[in-house]
Amino acid sequence: MSSTTEREKEAPRPVRRPGDRIFEALSTSAGIMILLTLLGVAVFLTLEGLPGITASADEIGSKTGGKGFFGYVWPLVFGTVWAAVIALVIAVPVAIGVALYISHYAPRRLSSTLGYVIDLLAAVPSVVYGLWGLLFLSRELAPFYQWLTDTFGFIPFFAGNPTGGVSANSILTASLVLAVMVLPIITAICREIFLQTPRLHEEAALALGATRWEMVRLAVFPYARSGIVSASMLGLGRALGETMAVAMVLSASGVVTFNLIGSTNPSTIAANIALQFPEAFGTFTNVLIATGLVLFVITFAANFAARAIVERRKDFSGAN
Amino acid sequence: MTTTLQKTPEPADLQSELQEHQLPTWVPKGVVAGAAVIGVLLAVTGIVSIAQAVLIGWLLTWALPIASRVVEGGRKATDRTVTLLVSSAFGLALIPLGSILWLVISRGGPQLSTEFFTYSMRNVVGEGGGIYHALVGTLLITAAATIISVPIGLFTAIYLVEYGDGNRLSRSITFLVDVMTGIPSIVAGLFAYALFVIFFGEGVRLGIGGAVALAVLMVPIVVRACEEMLKLVPNELREASYALGVPKWRTVVKVVLPTAISGIVTGVTLAIARVIGETAPLLIIAGLTDSVNFNLFSERMTTLPVFTYFSVKFPGVPPEASIDRGWGAALVLIIIVMLLNLVARAVSYFFSPKGER
Repeated sequence: MSSTTEREKEAPRPVRRPGDRIFEALSTSAGIMILLTLLGVAVFLTLEGLPGITASADEIGSKTGGKGFFGYVWPLVFGTVWAAVIALVIAVPVAIGVALYISHYAPRRLSSTLGYVIDLLAAVPSVVYGLWGLLFLSRELAPFYQWLTDTFGFIPFFAGNPTGGVSANSILTASLVLAVMVLPIITAICREIFLQTPRLHEEAALALGATRWEMVRLAVFPYARSGIVSASMLGLGRALGETMAVAMVLSASGVVTFNLIGSTNPSTIAANIALQFPEAFGTFTNVLIATGLVLFVITFAANFAARAIVERRKDFSGAN
Repeated sequence: MTTTLQKTPEPADLQSELQEHQLPTWVPKGVVAGAAVIGVLLAVTGIVSIAQAVLIGWLLTWALPIASRVVEGGRKATDRTVTLLVSSAFGLALIPLGSILWLVISRGGPQLSTEFFTYSMRNVVGEGGGIYHALVGTLLITAAATIISVPIGLFTAIYLVEYGDGNRLSRSITFLVDVMTGIPSIVAGLFAYALFVIFFGEGVRLGIGGAVALAVLMVPIVVRACEEMLKLVPNELREASYALGVPKWRTVVKVVLPTAISGIVTGVTLAIARVIGETAPLLIIAGLTDSVNFNLFSERMTTLPVFTYFSVKFPGVPPEASIDRGWGAALVLIIIVMLLNLVARAVSYFFSPKGER
């Protein structure tokens, strides 16, 4: 590309036909259209959300439990971040393992097929995950949760219900479904980066007598570290914004609690919107849109951090 | 010469000495096979449930790293432990995939019938009814989203590759496409609602709104895919075309796009597969109805994911028939998504230019 443009600059006056101008204008305006769309997302959400943010507690109290906007949104923000963080804690180690298996452990001939199989998980629509979580996973997990609270009930995470017993439609189940959903995303990125490790580094480690795991630890992981971090952040962005799985699985009551398997759970912003919006009217609609704006800002921050990490360490690693 | 040869030990001795602190090569396979056999036996005889049998089999495979620690020492044992963990992670990832596919097929399969595909839910109480209205809605809304997003996405990619040349506008577009990739789907739905509420007033529910929301999600995927494909077109082709006096726009239309077309079609198909299963934005802006609606520009429009959601989350009384319909709709949705993925792979396999990949 650069060579042609340099040549155009050298030429005294390039001939520009009307067709060229129209085509360039078309493609430029398509690009500007994207700028406008994103601007539009921010502007329209702010416009429609602002009445919700400024609404007094009396005005929206019947729907928000007598609280103003910020009192309403805080438990939701907590639930969103909490659910996403649990999901990541579960998904990242498994994803690294799966990626490592595909890139370095599985027979070479099988590895691309195995990659497709994991990618199939990404193709399953989110509503199907919700269905699976609601009608299968939560029922299967109930005995396990009972065992957890019986054995580890003294840890606040596994306290269960105050009256005894557990709820399987809890935030841990929702986070497990989220973990399954972000797994293929993190795996795909990690796999690509693991495969980009310089062959010479790996062979040097093996030649010095390292076992396969020592080779991975000495050659692959240092090279892939920033890639793993940014993959996890992208997974976090996805988990923060995921709606249907949480909306279907979780029985939420808008509290702030660290109890993972109780019947009162914090809701997430996205799930709360999905559950409330179909019946919302008046100022409460604006409140929900404003919570959407908060979600947009949070996911933007997560994605932005991911890109910044990749950008900063680009020169030293394979993550670009 | 002869003396040194005599002093070196026999190759067989050397090998046995080197292998003294090493497990024979059949041991790992043997342990895995043994654990699998015991697990299967336990499950078949019905002493324990399938989940417990899998767990017991998995625990038995830990015999390998333990034996390795005794015979081979710490480093080898750690290596075998990690191998076991990494392989287990892969197996663990397959469990949800297998159980989802099995459940959806076994529960949804019996629902598929002519009635299921040709009836809507209008005036249906209890059993009967079908997904015709949801199929129509899904196809219309996704088609409209494709019609909106493909021209924008393709022309943006053309701008980035052919005209942008790394200037400020193209750099900011690349950045914003990244940002757009991360927009949560429900925020896209809220955006469409906030946009249409200005023109149509409160409580607006329109099929075209759903298409706009899906387009917001689809454009960045299309841009990314097309950009990658256009970058793959060799510069020599463009220069050959310029050398013949062909204007730039005709070069793009007649040389660059035909070369990249299979990749572009693949990318667009994958983008469609990605958004056709979206529920949240359509829940917000397209709503739910029991009737067939062919008009994108008026009234509510049901789509398959939204239909699935409401059938299962709010089944009514008695719940069984509604939940069964939900499974059926989920199966149809998965089949559509998988078909699109297959088509995409087939296009890139059969129609990509020879000698490139």
